[in-house]
Amino acid sequence: MVLLVKFTLLYATVMMLVALGGMFSERSGVINIALEGIMAIGGLAGVFVLSLCGGSMPAPVLVIVSILASMAAGVLYSLLLAFSAITLKADQTIGGTALNMLATAIAIVIVKAFNNSSAAGNGAASAKLSYNNSAFIYRVGPFTVNIFLILGIIILIISSVFLFRTKWGLRLRACGEHPQAADSVGVNVYQWRYIGVMISGALGGLGGFAYIVPSVTTWNFEVGVAGAGFLALAVMIFGQWKPYRIAGAAVFFAVFRSLANIADSTALAGLGWSSNIYNMMPFIASMIILAFTSKNSHAPKAEGIPYDKGAR
Amino acid sequence: MKDRTKDTLLSILASIVCIVIGLAVGLIILYCINAENALDGFSRIIKGGFYLAPKGIGSEIFQAAPLIMTGLSVAFAFKTGLFNIGAAGQYTVGVFGALYFAIILHLPWYACLLAAAVCGAVWGSVPGIFKAYFNVNEVITSIMFNWIGLYLVNELLYRGFGGAMYDSNTTRTYKLGSVSPQSVIPDLGLNSLFKTKSTTIAIFIAIIIAILMYIILNKTAFGYELKACGFNQDAAKYTGINSKKNVVLSMTISGALAGIGAGLYYLSGGAEWNPQVSTALPAIGFNGIPVALLAMSNPVGVIFAALFVAHISVGGAYLPTKFFQPEIADIVVAVIIYLCAFVALFKGIVLQRLGKKKKGKEKGGK
Repeated sequence: MVLLVKFTLLYATVMMLVALGGMFSERSGVINIALEGIMAIGGLAGVFVLSLCGGSMPAPVLVIVSILASMAAGVLYSLLLAFSAITLKADQTIGGTALNMLATAIAIVIVKAFNNSSAAGNGAASAKLSYNNSAFIYRVGPFTVNIFLILGIIILIISSVFLFRTKWGLRLRACGEHPQAADSVGVNVYQWRYIGVMISGALGGLGGFAYIVPSVTTWNFEVGVAGAGFLALAVMIFGQWKPYRIAGAAVFFAVFRSLANIADSTALAGLGWSSNIYNMMPFIASMIILAFTSKNSHAPKAEGIPYDKGAR
Repeated sequence: MKDRTKDTLLSILASIVCIVIGLAVGLIILYCINAENALDGFSRIIKGGFYLAPKGIGSEIFQAAPLIMTGLSVAFAFKTGLFNIGAAGQYTVGVFGALYFAIILHLPWYACLLAAAVCGAVWGSVPGIFKAYFNVNEVITSIMFNWIGLYLVNELLYRGFGGAMYDSNTTRTYKLGSVSPQSVIPDLGLNSLFKTKSTTIAIFIAIIIAILMYIILNKTAFGYELKACGFNQDAAKYTGINSKKNVVLSMTISGALAGIGAGLYYLSGGAEWNPQVSTALPAIGFNGIPVALLAMSNPVGVIFAALFVAHISVGGAYLPTKFFQPEIADIVVAVIIYLCAFVALFKGIVLQRLGKKKKGKEKGGK
């Protein structure tokens, strides 16, 4: 049971962070399929900092620097999406798909090249990086709490306040619902969409880092983040683009994901279901819910449509 | 020049520009990683399979056949106004169909291929049904069903049917050549020609299907209806076309094409599925997207685009691992798709320039 709670909190934090990122992007009117890739790049940057500076920095500094690195990398990578989707008005889904493929390839090449050079060119280096994650984890009674959980709760509250209680949030949402109307009252649609995508880059990058670091101490970048970004998209839709609902959806998805992890070692093993079946469940559940809720979906109305100032 | 031929030429030109920029990025990356051997590495990527002829050419053909099919799958959906990002999942389920009919039922290869097509079609029809009747975006459904399909197939191939398809010695599914030789697609001497083990007539099957798709899309009323739904669903509805049925049908056909791709790959006798390590969706399924985009969704163009992508990735595999990573080829392909997103913009600029030139000529009195 402790294990279940532990894994659920771990995954829920990741899912929530990335889904909140997706929410900001879509609320501003840009579909962000590239979350998976952004996570991989953010994770790569954070893990790199962690494994390079591991011993040379005091723990709190290391935590802050590596988290900032993952967020910065996510923002930079998301700019590629923003540039194609907003400035060049290209198809957002295609651009996002390209960025997903690019991210995994970049991560593999960089890590392999790095390992290759540190192994003095012995060739056939693996795409694995090792690191020490003890700085990120605190013990509280029987539970271990990682820093991302605390960060996640703070970000959740800030997101909700920002989106629904500030004028900036209103402007961002307006760009996703009716950009022409927003433009007519002086809101710079392009600028706000850039901001939306960049926030999603920051949260996606952080989410990627949070996905990799707390649970293991070696990561093989050949798998990228193994579909977590796509799962986060489902969480976002499941949460109907609203912060607290997203948090709830993230917990729901995380429970299934954790069941897959612990299925073999607990009483559940008696059922004889393999991890594959538990892994399938959140996707099936979200499909069923999508089928019933899509008629009154709260998706931002203008998402996916490039804003053209000249068009009416 | 006719407008249509001009448009086709421009499309080809745009694709070539994307390819050149993508390759240039690849060259820069090679230089960054190891400047001394960059040119040698680059020439290996460019030469592709020809670097190690005839074996390399054989493996290039082996990889191109399924790529043509997944490319067709995505291109067909594009033509009918849908984005089938689920080709990877349909491909995966197709793998199961093909292998089940081969390893368990020991049926001849064409029956297995058909089974792969049916499995892919079923998996493709689901996003179509969700789109038509529940109004859920096909991109979201396809992504979900990609993962559902992957876990399902892993489960079935590993533990399904009492583990009858999983060879614990190789940690993969059983080799078709030894378990069910009649399920391997015939090679008609291609294997001895290229000195490979998996070059079969799959490539010809793929090319024939591509041409068939071209004819269906461009020369039949059925294809016209499907395309009409893609251009403008409301207008299509107004003229009495059943747009819901057509959405489902498009996705079904698209899924079948991806399923055949899986059949062509796994029935060639050179590949087995590893259900325990396959935690990522097969790259061939996703590479259908760049193929379709490079080909501007033209079924005949898909043939050449698939050959190109196979060429580059085989070339990447020949990079000396001492200095470079084969995934550099993936970066080149990904950059090319990223650029493909701008093609409409590029075409607009060129057309504008051409228009100006024409006007200038006319003024000059010609």
